Amino acid sequence: MKKSKSLLLLLTLVLAVGTLLAACGSNDKNNGASNSGENAANSGEEKLAADQTLRINLSAEPPTFDPAQAQDSQANTVLKLMYEGLVRIDADGKEAPGVAESWDVDGTKYTFHLRKDAKWSNGDPVTANDFVFAWERVLSPNTQPAAPYAYQLYYIKNGQEYNEGKITDFSQVGVKATDENTLEVELTAPTPYFLGLTAFYTFYPVHSSVADDAAWATDPAKMIVNGPFTLTTWTKGQTIEVSKSDNYWDKDSIKLTKVNMSLVESGATELTSYRNDELDRAGHPNGEIPTDQIPIVQKELADEYKVKGIASTYYYQFNANAKPFDNVKIRKAFSMAVDRQTLVDKVTMGGQIPAYGYVPPGILGASGEEFRKEHDDKSYFQENVEEAKKLLEEGMQEEGYTKLPDITLIYNTGEGHKKIATAISDMWKTNLGVDVKIENQEWGVFLKNRQNLDYQIARGAWSADYNDPMTFMDMWMTNGGNNDLGYANAEYDKLINEAKASSDATQRDTNFAKAEEMFVKDDMALMPIYYYTSVSLEKTYLKGVNVDFSGAVDYTHAYILEH
Amino acid sequence: MARYIANKLFYTLISLFILISATFFLMKAIPGDPFMSEKKVPPAIQERLYEQYGLNKPVYEQYFKYLGDIAQGDFGISMKKINQNVTDIIKDTFGASLKLGLVSIVVSVIVGVALGLLAALYHRKLIDNVAMVLAVLGIAVPSFVVASLLQFVFSSKLHWFPTMGFKGPMYYFLPVAALSAQPIAFIARLTRSSMLEVLHADYIKTAKAKGLRWYAILFRHVIRNGILPVVTYLGPMTANIVTGSVVIEQIFGIGGIGKQFVQAITVRDYPVIMGITIFYGALLMIARLVTDIAYGFVDPRIKLTGGKGD
Repeated sequence: MKKSKSLLLLLTLVLAVGTLLAACGSNDKNNGASNSGENAANSGEEKLAADQTLRINLSAEPPTFDPAQAQDSQANTVLKLMYEGLVRIDADGKEAPGVAESWDVDGTKYTFHLRKDAKWSNGDPVTANDFVFAWERVLSPNTQPAAPYAYQLYYIKNGQEYNEGKITDFSQVGVKATDENTLEVELTAPTPYFLGLTAFYTFYPVHSSVADDAAWATDPAKMIVNGPFTLTTWTKGQTIEVSKSDNYWDKDSIKLTKVNMSLVESGATELTSYRNDELDRAGHPNGEIPTDQIPIVQKELADEYKVKGIASTYYYQFNANAKPFDNVKIRKAFSMAVDRQTLVDKVTMGGQIPAYGYVPPGILGASGEEFRKEHDDKSYFQENVEEAKKLLEEGMQEEGYTKLPDITLIYNTGEGHKKIATAISDMWKTNLGVDVKIENQEWGVFLKNRQNLDYQIARGAWSADYNDPMTFMDMWMTNGGNNDLGYANAEYDKLINEAKASSDATQRDTNFAKAEEMFVKDDMALMPIYYYTSVSLEKTYLKGVNVDFSGAVDYTHAYILEH
Repeated sequence: MARYIANKLFYTLISLFILISATFFLMKAIPGDPFMSEKKVPPAIQERLYEQYGLNKPVYEQYFKYLGDIAQGDFGISMKKINQNVTDIIKDTFGASLKLGLVSIVVSVIVGVALGLLAALYHRKLIDNVAMVLAVLGIAVPSFVVASLLQFVFSSKLHWFPTMGFKGPMYYFLPVAALSAQPIAFIARLTRSSMLEVLHADYIKTAKAKGLRWYAILFRHVIRNGILPVVTYLGPMTANIVTGSVVIEQIFGIGGIGKQFVQAITVRDYPVIMGITIFYGALLMIARLVTDIAYGFVDPRIKLTGGKGD
């Protein structure tokens, strides 16, 4: 009896202390918020903070800092700080001079004039030969290991042939240094987006000293770079730090002195840390704010909450060879029975845009306006439950079904994907009366099943490699390497091939629009769900962070205000 | 004694061999490979990568080659972390896990034994009750819940400790507390019941009757005998703390070997998966061996003689 009493007492104490702590905490937070509000109101002009150290988190450690081997968005973030390509993409998404001061374009021939004051971090000048060296390294079949993104350089004349070992003489490849500061590039076909591609990391120059040292890109002492920052610390698994370079030609425009990157995988921890003022920015693209926290931070940190549309599409793909989705009416019925607005408002909650087409906003069309604004995706199809029911019935009749075969939707394991799958299968149940089983699969298993067309409906997503509709459209050509729909349409192939060979912007645009209409409106080869957004939290004192059309982030010109 | 250790070592090697073989074939049986990606690489490049890493050969050939390599102490190069040695990866990341683990083990033993001892000495008094309530809580609440709670209270609300990272002494407190909670609870209960038993044993009564001072009884008889079960528990506990820190490392953003292991499996980085598995396996087996030997020293009743009577 006595024992249980003291137990109770103890528990009560624990609870009381807990409540007290929680109460104290929330008071703190309110005070903090109102204080920072006052500060913001008082400061009329921008005043730089004395300490220009930016603190961010990368949710995965970049596997390498070798531009030829890089493949992921984390590496992209750091490489952008450390390297500079021929051009760089400015805050408006336009190509601005990088190492190249100017360039002339003549059909398939590009001549880049390199600035004379561009230097490597060890003081050596950056020359046209450094680009030739780097590109040869990417394309060479002898590079160990093979550069996975070598195909980004296939636009260059004979680039693919050299990479595949069909020709062995690199001088036949369309890249040449005519002198120290002039780089001539010859392409296979007119490629309107080539200039933008030269800002991508696979095209970065590499210092020729790396030829004899395989491990150069893992060691801060050995990394020679040509960008605004140099690698100063890399404690594996813990932190990466880059510091401002004294040898960068445009160092006067760089205000940050250091970028400190922690390597924490958990979105929840990242958010806690951000709210604890240990990070200056959190969320996309280097991390992810947990979905269930989005409505909370949206309210509590309204000034710091940032949403920006990025050029990626989230969709469910139908296997055109699997029953019952070999029938176009059934595909349309499934697509029309989903309420996308409700889904983005109630489930994904990150301000995503309901998608009725495939090419996302952010991708530019012929007029210089977004492709999506030129060609409204609402004209492809609309959500309509009655129509969907009718189409389902017709489709079932055509196939002679009295009852639909069992349907399974697969997605790769992830909390967000699970919520979406649950919501959509629920909509199908309510609107069409169809039971769809949902099944999560580990990433590798999932990829394999999807690539082997071993599914009925699968989650899918695609992001832009460059700013042109082609990056979305050419993947669905018959037997294309990334075509995991089983989609085969000769008419579609013809339109895309024409666009590939053409330099006429209007004709390309028309072809893309026709092809997309065929793909979505006529064939409903996949079911668009939403266009992605980049959701991040940024302290109000942090300025100049640039998230580009594709969602890649550029911190080079960021700066920190007094706070 | 030497014979006993040799015997044990022999079985350890056999176990390691089985571990290596089983892991190798299971790993190869999982769908996917290190070069899979959502955006497919052209087949020509893909094939060259397979060739460069020997993945185009039959699995048994890869297996024998791997056995040959590790027999020479070569754990290979990561297939994802370009040009990084598996040995280096383990060296770089095990440091954090080891420091965290060692501190946690020491904290667990000291706090656990102290709590258990106090509980036993003040049997059915307030201290005993408090200690046992804490112990029940410690055993019942999973470490990741403890970790999140600690983070919420001491880092988010009170700002006493940093949320994440591993850059100095302040960064140890929360993860060590989270990691030790369960072992402390367990050790406290073990110590308490064993001490209670010892306290009622005849030889203690004899010692008291002989008029020995209380601290002499306590240190020479009670603790030495009462701590035995704790020594037995040390082996599995070391195993738990070193391997079980994966979740804790994740929550507190500590880049330890656990995180590397999970990542390597996700991206099918074969050499790293094998390397860390072998490393973990060897570590656990050694911990076991050391426990067995230590037991012999603490408890004179147990003789380590490789089977033959002394």
